[in-house]
Amino acid sequence: MTKLLEIEGLKTQFYTSAGTVKAVDGITYDVKEGETVAIVGESGCGKSVGAMSILRLIPDPPGKIVEGSIMFQGRDLLKLSEAQMRDVRGKDIGMVFQEPMTSLNPVLTIGRQLTETLEEHLGTTGEKAMERAVELLGLVGISEPQRRLAQYPHHLSGGMRQRVMIAMALACEPKLIIADEPTTALDVTIQAQILELMKDLTRRLGVALIVITHNLGVVARYADRVNVMYAGKIIESGTALDIYHRPRHPYTLALLKSVPRMDLPRAAKLDPVEGQPPDLTRLDEGCSFRPRCGFAVKKCEQQFPPLEAVKGPHIAACWEKQRVAKSAQISAEKTRKLRKSA
Amino acid sequence: MSTATKKSRSSSRKTAAKRSTSTKRRTSSAKKAPIHKASAKVFTDPLVQIRGLKMHFPVTEGALVPRVVAHVKAVDGVSFDIMKGETLGLVGESGCGKTTTGRCILQLEKSTAGDIIYDGQNLNKLSKQQMRPLRQRIQVIFQDPYSSLNPRMKIGEIISEPMYVHNTEPDEAARQKRVRELLSVCGLSPKFSDRYPHEMSGGQRQRVGIARALAVRPEFIICDEAVSALDVSIQAQVINLLEDLRDEFNLTYLFIAHDLSVVRHLCHRVAVMYLGKMVELADCDELYDNPMHPYTKALLNAVPIPDPAVEAKRKHQVIKGEIPSPINPPPGCVFHPRCPIAVDSCKEVVPEFREIRPGHWVACKEI
Repeated sequence: MTKLLEIEGLKTQFYTSAGTVKAVDGITYDVKEGETVAIVGESGCGKSVGAMSILRLIPDPPGKIVEGSIMFQGRDLLKLSEAQMRDVRGKDIGMVFQEPMTSLNPVLTIGRQLTETLEEHLGTTGEKAMERAVELLGLVGISEPQRRLAQYPHHLSGGMRQRVMIAMALACEPKLIIADEPTTALDVTIQAQILELMKDLTRRLGVALIVITHNLGVVARYADRVNVMYAGKIIESGTALDIYHRPRHPYTLALLKSVPRMDLPRAAKLDPVEGQPPDLTRLDEGCSFRPRCGFAVKKCEQQFPPLEAVKGPHIAACWEKQRVAKSAQISAEKTRKLRKSA
Repeated sequence: MSTATKKSRSSSRKTAAKRSTSTKRRTSSAKKAPIHKASAKVFTDPLVQIRGLKMHFPVTEGALVPRVVAHVKAVDGVSFDIMKGETLGLVGESGCGKTTTGRCILQLEKSTAGDIIYDGQNLNKLSKQQMRPLRQRIQVIFQDPYSSLNPRMKIGEIISEPMYVHNTEPDEAARQKRVRELLSVCGLSPKFSDRYPHEMSGGQRQRVGIARALAVRPEFIICDEAVSALDVSIQAQVINLLEDLRDEFNLTYLFIAHDLSVVRHLCHRVAVMYLGKMVELADCDELYDNPMHPYTKALLNAVPIPDPAVEAKRKHQVIKGEIPSPINPPPGCVFHPRCPIAVDSCKEVVPEFREIRPGHWVACKEI
């Protein structure tokens, strides 16, 4: 598969009165055509800022993309003019936001919001645009699409609004969709519906997808590849199976161990990641996870570990990979035993 | 506080102390076998009895002379018990009435009908004055650690306010000592008492919310989505804290949440609500291993499991449709429009909430 998007050394910073916040601090990854890539991390780790940077939606000031390149279909998005960029947004790259209530325009009808995109990018107007809008609403499983065109966002439920967002993202047949926490605001049964819909549509239409989430379960159901972020950096990357079964970074391992699992017998006690996430204005040259890390050694204070290959596409940034591997193996063994007993 | 309530309070303390020793014995034996300690206990003594609780909010029209045109049936005839010392999970999707149920118990809403009997007293029939001493025994932890702390108050003031209101520690120095104690119990450094909420992270604020709830030594705490707003790694910390506090102070929790895996970890029994009605209630393990109601089944099936190998093998039955409006709920069984096993009679007959086997209650007639 050819590479659709290649991000290299991307750095986005915010200049605040408290100091410079290195929200995204040199991330490198790529997305192949038709592939689903998940970006996982906790709030404030830079996963949303990283995605917004692709579309250059960072408010400037206070934010700024300082370094790096974002190659999309052979063009560097960071070198495009604002007018050229407008053409990319919504046409080549679609976007689905977390809050379907605030990201739809409350004073425009559903129909108008869908046709606006079509007019702007494809020059489709009038009857034709309306026809396409009906088609799109049908595609995302909205009943009576004809009638919905005249309705306003407040007439629709949260799940329905998210379906409309997906329809808008798909309107111009983009090559890539960025979904920022697409199901976080939704209920579990509705979340399952939306996830199935997105999975089905992206596979069927061959659209690549970057999905940003903090829900490890959603990632497991969904993603081909996973990037784990911590304090502005990608600290581990690999296939979903690599990340979940053979983690090599202590943060990934700790994150997986900290969630209660429904498929295993109940554990006596949860195993949380102790401590608090770091202050992004006060990062030193050492590993940012070291204060919370059970594997930290002297070297972690002095130098941030580089992302090194583990096996194939699986990479991790940790000096103590061997020890983490051992620990991961032990906990995998434990999980297997527990599953047998269940 | 009247002397009568004081007496009953101290006697309940004694029984609590007795229970705690037996609990310890049980947990130590539970540690050898890899059983969750929550599943080993049986609770028989009801602390809160809720009978036929209804909360209908009026919907009005007209700016000058508002007239009631409809009712939002947020809670529509719910009955259950909360036993002393247990953690009862209350789950369901948004709008199912789980939070309203909690607010009715707290008397933050005046319920439309039904009884809430707390330790022998019907809360729905008490005056504000009579309710006051009980408020000390029932506390709440809210979901949003950002909006539930007063931004203009220091952490120390926030935690000592309930003690001041209920006059449990009349002496200022004693109050300060208790604040420091509570902070350290909740895993915060005592120096936080001079800080303001905005100086703290979400997880730390939630710990402050917990310390505030504990300040007046309650016996019953309603946790309304207490860990939902927290990040995964912090969530596990707070869940462990809630568990430790439960064991240390013999607390009874009503744990309202939508995250089914967290509820399974923490609760002894679990109740599932849908559109203002209770659809299933059972012991935690029984409910998760052997769900009966089609809605519970769908809910459990919808929870993704953080393991790609397991997920690949799992069958996903996505349940169709959306939650109907509680203003105009479907007739008969409220779940019938989305139910995979519904028959014609489900559209007319309201299913009875019946005990299908000891301790396992279901509101479905097709099983």
